[in-house]
Amino acid sequence: MKKKDVQAHRKLLPKSPTSIQGLDEITGGGIPKGRPTLVCGGAGCGKTLLAMEFLVRGATQYHEPGAFISFEETEKELTANVASLGFDLEDLVKRNKIWLEHIHVDRSELEQSGEYDLEGLFIRIHLAIESIGAKRIVLDTVESLFSALPNPQILRAELRRLFRWLKKKGVTTIVTAERGDGTLTRQGLEEYVSDCVILLDHRVNDQSSIRRLRIVKYRGSTHGTNEYPFLIDEEGFSVLPVTSLGLNYGSSQGRISSGIPRLDTMLSGKGYFRGSTVLVSGTAGTGKTSIAAQFVQAACKRGERVLFFTFEESPSQLVRNMRSIGIDFEPWIKKKLLQFHATRPTLYGLETHLTTCIKLINKFNPGVVVLDPINAFVMGENQTEVKTMLLRLVDYLKMKKITAFCTSLTSAAESMESTDMYISSLIDTWLLLRDIEIGGERNRGLYVLKSRGMAHSNQIREFRLTNHGIELLDVYVGADGVLTGSARLSREAKDEAEQLMRKQEIGRNQVGLERKREAMEAQILVLRSEFAAEESEALKAIGIEKARIQRITQDRARMAKNRKGDISVTNPA
Amino acid sequence: MTAKPAKSKNGRRKDQPAGRRNDRWVLRLYVAGETPKALTALKNLRSICEEQLRGKYHIEVIDLLTNPRLARDNQILAVPTLVRKLPLPVRKIIGDLSNAERVLVGLDLIEHSAQKI
Repeated sequence: MKKKDVQAHRKLLPKSPTSIQGLDEITGGGIPKGRPTLVCGGAGCGKTLLAMEFLVRGATQYHEPGAFISFEETEKELTANVASLGFDLEDLVKRNKIWLEHIHVDRSELEQSGEYDLEGLFIRIHLAIESIGAKRIVLDTVESLFSALPNPQILRAELRRLFRWLKKKGVTTIVTAERGDGTLTRQGLEEYVSDCVILLDHRVNDQSSIRRLRIVKYRGSTHGTNEYPFLIDEEGFSVLPVTSLGLNYGSSQGRISSGIPRLDTMLSGKGYFRGSTVLVSGTAGTGKTSIAAQFVQAACKRGERVLFFTFEESPSQLVRNMRSIGIDFEPWIKKKLLQFHATRPTLYGLETHLTTCIKLINKFNPGVVVLDPINAFVMGENQTEVKTMLLRLVDYLKMKKITAFCTSLTSAAESMESTDMYISSLIDTWLLLRDIEIGGERNRGLYVLKSRGMAHSNQIREFRLTNHGIELLDVYVGADGVLTGSARLSREAKDEAEQLMRKQEIGRNQVGLERKREAMEAQILVLRSEFAAEESEALKAIGIEKARIQRITQDRARMAKNRKGDISVTNPA
Repeated sequence: MTAKPAKSKNGRRKDQPAGRRNDRWVLRLYVAGETPKALTALKNLRSICEEQLRGKYHIEVIDLLTNPRLARDNQILAVPTLVRKLPLPVRKIIGDLSNAERVLVGLDLIEHSAQKI
């Protein structure tokens, strides 16, 4: 149970918590402690169940024993009726936590003679309270006394006395009453019990029944004044005051992968923001659910829990279909990481859908919620109501920091973005799937229409469903624009051919160059050898001349020595 | 059990079921303490019984303040309540019994002519 920390500085009216999901939030802590509360409504609204749940929860969760005084049902009937809510009254009675008392009143059995008072009733209630130390008591429904007892004045006086007495005892009381025509209760009990009045309503709107609760009056406390939808299911009462949420949820910086690596690249490399709302919209057969499935698989692989709400296909059909693109949900289902919930939108009203979704989300606590598809709720002209409901659901998910992944079908006739105008303000990341029709075939293209808070690619990528998942192909951008499918293939082939040709051209040029080089080398070789030959000739001639000079010199020296004429000219004195 | 013939020795009325006035009557008066209403009821009851059932009746006064559980066991809501335990069927009358005719009707001691409203 959440506590309101807003009014801590003011002295608050003491309240008795009901532990009924949502009711404590609307009432700001529960119903007034020690005072009577009136719960009125038509037949079958759930008054008895509300009162019973209040008692049982008080006994089991707050250690406050309670007494249930019923004027209509016997103890056995009561026990049987609430067994379906999971309350074991027999056990509680045995342990003296709950006191069940049936006060039988039958007009035909009673004759009146003279004056009387209802002290017998007081004695019985007193006994009930004293026996188990009850702090909570339910009177269901006091109006039965009006039809049984002959004198209404005495009854009214005694009722006044009863409520004063109960107030003095400090027992928190719930009194149930039938709705009157134009008045809150048929017998005007609101005169005596006016500290807190809760009105239950059960309407049929457009063939679906809606249950609503409203706090008409709460003396001494602020309270939610709207009509809130509520559900009664096998866990008891739950009220959903979701409209009380404001736009004050926090945001996270974390990013999570979409499951398709190239899509992550388009989203500035990291994927979606955690806790954001993602919408994939497109015409029929474009692959929205497949993208959702890929995301689910990625989340499960990360160990996060996923709650998949499907409004068009049954879970087993989904699982089978996703196998064809290589995604197997079975292991995640077995590990309890993935849970499916399938309902037809026409089964009940929008409010009940919202309530049910929120209940399931609270119970399962997923990190990711998938809604496939959200346009299934749009029937006729109820777009504004659908928007309100989705707004509340998205608000709730954002508050809980759960990433929401929605798919939406757009019809081929309308423009891509117009259908979802009613929810575009809720969406953080919007992926659009388009059919691209070129050259006699249709291919799928994906692009990021918007993605708040990050730079995203603005290109259309061709996207293919293969048997090993979704593939985003490289965009072909050429002189002719973006091409997909066979056109792309043919263009790519042409490109390849051109490239091949160029390569060959280069090859040829290179070979030519090589040859020229070789020719040049050969010429150089010839010149070198010629030069070498001449060189050796010249060197030889030089050698001969050098040798001759030497001999002449030697001869002169010999001759001079022979003549003994000059002491060697070469020898200076 | 067939009804006995029209007039018997006591001068009983015609349609009176068999043995009614000859049975033993057990009457219980439930009160909540010695309140004026309780005393009035007891006084009225005693006088009616002396008049109609001399020698055949037995009155018990049950004070619910001392025995509160009996209120639940006997489904007593209003006080004072007179319960005719015997003869069967059980009948209940609430109030201080100041309207004697109503008491007689309630106890089935007079004919059901222009009676209960």
